Amino acid sequence: MITRFLLSNMDKRGYAFLAIVAAIGLLVPLANLLIPAGSPFHVSTATMSLWGKYLCYALLAISLDLVWGYCGILSLGHGAFFALGGYAMGMYLMRQIGSRGVYGNPVLPDFMVFLNWGELPWYWWGFSSFPFAMLMVLLVPGLLAFVFGWFAFRSRVTGVYLSIITQALTYALLLAFFRNDMGFGGNNGLTDFKDILGFNVQAQGTRAALFAMTCTMLIASFLIARGIVTSKLGKVVIAIRDAESRTRFLGYRVDRFKLFVFTVSACMAGVAGALYVPQVGIINPSEFAPANSIETVIWVAVGGRGSLVGAALGAVVVNWAKTMFTSGFMAPYWLFALGALFVFVTLFMPKGILGTAQGWWEGRKRPAPVPAAEPAPAE
Amino acid sequence: MPSLPSLLRLLAVVAALFAAPTTAFAQSADEAFARLNADSFSDTARAIEMLVQSAHPNAAVIIEALADGRLLAGGGTVAVKTKEGGFFDARTGQALAAPPAGLNPVRLNNNVRRVIQGALGGLGLINPDPAKRVAAAEAVFRARDVSVLPVLEAAIAKESNDRARRALREAQAAILIVKTDAPPFDRIAAVDVLRERGDQDALATLRALPGDASPGLKEAQARAISEIEGKLALWRAGQNLWYGLSLGSVLLLAAIGLAITFGVMGVINMAHGEMVMLGAYTTFVVQELIRSHAPYLFDWSLAIALPAAFIVAGAVGIAIERGVIRFLYGRPLETLLATWGISLILQQAVRTAFGPTNREVGAPAFMSGAFELGGLAITWNRLWIIVFAGLVFAALLAILKLTPMGLQMRAVTQNRRMASAMGIRTGRIDALTFGLGSGVAGLAGVALSQIDNVSPNLGQSYIIDSFMVVVFGGVGNLWGTLISAMSLGVANKLLEPYAGAVLGKIALLVFIILFIQKRPRGLFALKGRAVEA
Amino acid sequence: MNAPTPGALTSSLLYLDGVSVSFDGFKAIRGLSLTIEPGEMRAIIGPNGAGKTTMMDIITGKTRPDEGTVMFGGSVDLTRLDEAAIANLGIGRKFQKPTVFDFHTIEDNILLALKSKRTVLKTLFWQTEGPQQKRIDEILAIIKLADKREKLAGSLSHGQKQWLEIGMLLAQDPKLLLVDEPAAGMTDGETAQTAVLLKEIARDHSVIVVEHDMGFIRELGVKVTVLHEGSVLAEGPLDQVSANERVVEVYLGR
Repeated sequence: MITRFLLSNMDKRGYAFLAIVAAIGLLVPLANLLIPAGSPFHVSTATMSLWGKYLCYALLAISLDLVWGYCGILSLGHGAFFALGGYAMGMYLMRQIGSRGVYGNPVLPDFMVFLNWGELPWYWWGFSSFPFAMLMVLLVPGLLAFVFGWFAFRSRVTGVYLSIITQALTYALLLAFFRNDMGFGGNNGLTDFKDILGFNVQAQGTRAALFAMTCTMLIASFLIARGIVTSKLGKVVIAIRDAESRTRFLGYRVDRFKLFVFTVSACMAGVAGALYVPQVGIINPSEFAPANSIETVIWVAVGGRGSLVGAALGAVVVNWAKTMFTSGFMAPYWLFALGALFVFVTLFMPKGILGTAQGWWEGRKRPAPVPAAEPAPAE
Repeated sequence: MPSLPSLLRLLAVVAALFAAPTTAFAQSADEAFARLNADSFSDTARAIEMLVQSAHPNAAVIIEALADGRLLAGGGTVAVKTKEGGFFDARTGQALAAPPAGLNPVRLNNNVRRVIQGALGGLGLINPDPAKRVAAAEAVFRARDVSVLPVLEAAIAKESNDRARRALREAQAAILIVKTDAPPFDRIAAVDVLRERGDQDALATLRALPGDASPGLKEAQARAISEIEGKLALWRAGQNLWYGLSLGSVLLLAAIGLAITFGVMGVINMAHGEMVMLGAYTTFVVQELIRSHAPYLFDWSLAIALPAAFIVAGAVGIAIERGVIRFLYGRPLETLLATWGISLILQQAVRTAFGPTNREVGAPAFMSGAFELGGLAITWNRLWIIVFAGLVFAALLAILKLTPMGLQMRAVTQNRRMASAMGIRTGRIDALTFGLGSGVAGLAGVALSQIDNVSPNLGQSYIIDSFMVVVFGGVGNLWGTLISAMSLGVANKLLEPYAGAVLGKIALLVFIILFIQKRPRGLFALKGRAVEA
Repeated sequence: MNAPTPGALTSSLLYLDGVSVSFDGFKAIRGLSLTIEPGEMRAIIGPNGAGKTTMMDIITGKTRPDEGTVMFGGSVDLTRLDEAAIANLGIGRKFQKPTVFDFHTIEDNILLALKSKRTVLKTLFWQTEGPQQKRIDEILAIIKLADKREKLAGSLSHGQKQWLEIGMLLAQDPKLLLVDEPAAGMTDGETAQTAVLLKEIARDHSVIVVEHDMGFIRELGVKVTVLHEGSVLAEGPLDQVSANERVVEVYLGR
């Protein structure tokens, strides 16, 4: 039943995506570990980590597309779920440092010693266990999304209002995590990680394994998201996006369906954050910045919302472009380019790269399909 | 102004009436110089008191020099180094050609400084200028130097100015509090005087009551302290309220343009904050031009910047509306994204043109300084910003309600097709409405340049708050925006003392998130069919 | 009006009594009373602003009345339920403006409406079984869209969307159908076909039709209720109602 759920309705594009990600996940680590550094086929550890980061973003983009592209909920706070997942992983990694910190305290992370904290706060308990931390990676963002969504969807906060309060949510978390009193390292966040599951985080082999793991999780999340959107539930969710009130009159409890996809999506974002942290080596409150969440939206918009492959593609393309831009003489112009991208995509490519390409392809055979219309905000 | 020596002589006469009659003045002066040579803090302190009582002609100059570390002593000689760098003998007043050898500056500690303050105060107590006497009494009040008491009491006896008399009495009370051998009745009366004074200093003085005071005195002290604390708490609340109104007016300024573009037109303009920023940078440019071409106009710089900022921000707003937003009407989420992109471009453009760091915007004379109103400290710039916010609000309300343009705006936002059918050029009205909202944001930028850092990120820090204000107040309702801005501002500042700035802000954000769940259309949204601006 | 006897309270499918609702002081519905019997088909007419749509909003839970009783099936108080719960009780609604799901195929539109458990988990793991597929095919045949089943609903003409929506109502298999201006914007031929379709549906469902088109109502040939300023002005067969002086006055102006 599960395989049928995951693989039924898979289309050509989906299989192509799965094949590409699987190939990358297998070949890149091998090219990094087995091929000597001089060879043209060698992939450097730095490049691998960079692409690992892109793939985490792709996973985040898929999670956002699930709520925005399919359910019409424009979350401007998905960065918060990503960051919470990241913090959960960061807390595990902090506990693994043990007595190797600057202050050599076997239990307390350095920043707590520095702040003269006597003992570990209760919400840090258990994070030395990997399974517990992984559970929290899913649970913390999921629970926040559930509580937030339960309130918001039940009172039928929709459209722009919802977007604004999701932004307020991540902004509030940003302010909170900046506080030293919160016990998450304040401004500096969590960093200087040593081990993950007993392996050195910096080691080449660990990096390769993390990369492969990212690809695996990307595939798994894609399959789950794909299973959801092609199921009847997915049809209901799209119906909600296009005519929320009509769906309600058909007898569907719109709030519950929204809550389901919102929560699932938040968990996926948390997983993306958890994979991101060991690869970049730090998590700090700036991940909660509202600007980050809006940037995620533009990845999805660029790739093509309402298409999971498109969202992942958009994340990789935009971030790759960002790296290209900001590492050269063009660096001062990156924000111009990013800003222009926002304007251009919304005005001229409402369906993103993938949708536009598909439209062009189909347009050669028959007239262009009806343009995507934004569902009118509910009363 | 009468010379110090003559004053001192006067003081000496007064002091003579109370000082110990056995000590001749000249003798006490000699002893004072001897003690200054002793290089001991307690001797120095005693020497100061003696100098005051001795009516030595140079007493004031010597004590001032001591306070500044310009008094040198050694080998029986005491010399004063003048501010100009010359030297003279403290005892005789004779100028010394060269810095005398073997002399070291007389050292000070906090006790000596306190005694000096009291002594200088005592010296000023009989100044003919009442304001000077008040100032001297304040100095004595802070120093609480028991040795000044006789001088003080003499001064009280002949004081005729009410204000000075009260200050002298308070100084006397402060001394009596610490003078354990004073008659208990006088000391209880002193507590009363301090209670009437009722400020932070009175509280500190009352707390200085030595622990071995009588139970009656202690009880009077406790009552006075609690009364003063109650009064001070009230003033503090008043001050917080004032800060809250000030913050509220800033929020109002930042949000009111948004209330037009989002509230009336339904356009989500994420670049609204950048309009504010453009207004602030316009102020900067105007001031730079004035500085280099017409410095005498500086006090008018803000008045000149206002129309300039309105035009700059308004023009950019109209360009955005015509260039981007008009293609996205009815697609609010797309508008949000496109205007976010515009905000990035504007920020980066300003960063490229003016650099990433803060730019200095000066304050004209009428904006700087502060004054006190009862227990409130009020700065002029905050006061003017509140006034300005009120004016902008009133003007906007008038434009919407009273002018033909306002009428057309309301017509277009309520029923676009009907308005169009009646010959209103809806596209033009859209552009003008958006320009108006953006221009008002520019005006806000002029005001905010006075209290905030003018940097490319200026707008970013206001955008979320502005949306919160508009959404909380109820979309499409200017009065709602006013009340929302003021209540959020005040709530923020009243929360701050208890929760801290950050937690207070978080609490408000959470409150608004919850509030929107209950009333998705804000505080003052009209329900049903008759929704209008 | 005919005051319902206490017995009717239990036998009527839909029972409205003394219902009022106002928006910002404007009374959209004032003291409206109406009963629909099981299996009955009723046409409701009235000038603009008579409160027809508001009445439907009240029955389907979109608007809560300020006062009055709204009972369904003799025992369920509709004023306490939300839209989804009311829909699941068996009240279907077709909107004035056809609202189908433009980005779903016609078949999926019917599938979404098809009577089934509406929970999150049931829909997540849904598999369309044989009898359900058969029912979908039947409905597609009835609304004459079987050959377009794979097309997106957004590509349909206005009239076809109206039929698709009626098809969705059929799939929902409600006890009571509320149909708001089914013939609006249709050609004469389509209107006649729609009337036939509705009569067919009325054989095993209760139906309330709101319509402006007198010709259409004549074709339906059912009992007519005239609404005016939020309450019932007249009730009876169309000929009798259209002879009523007050109805003529309301329709032809003052």
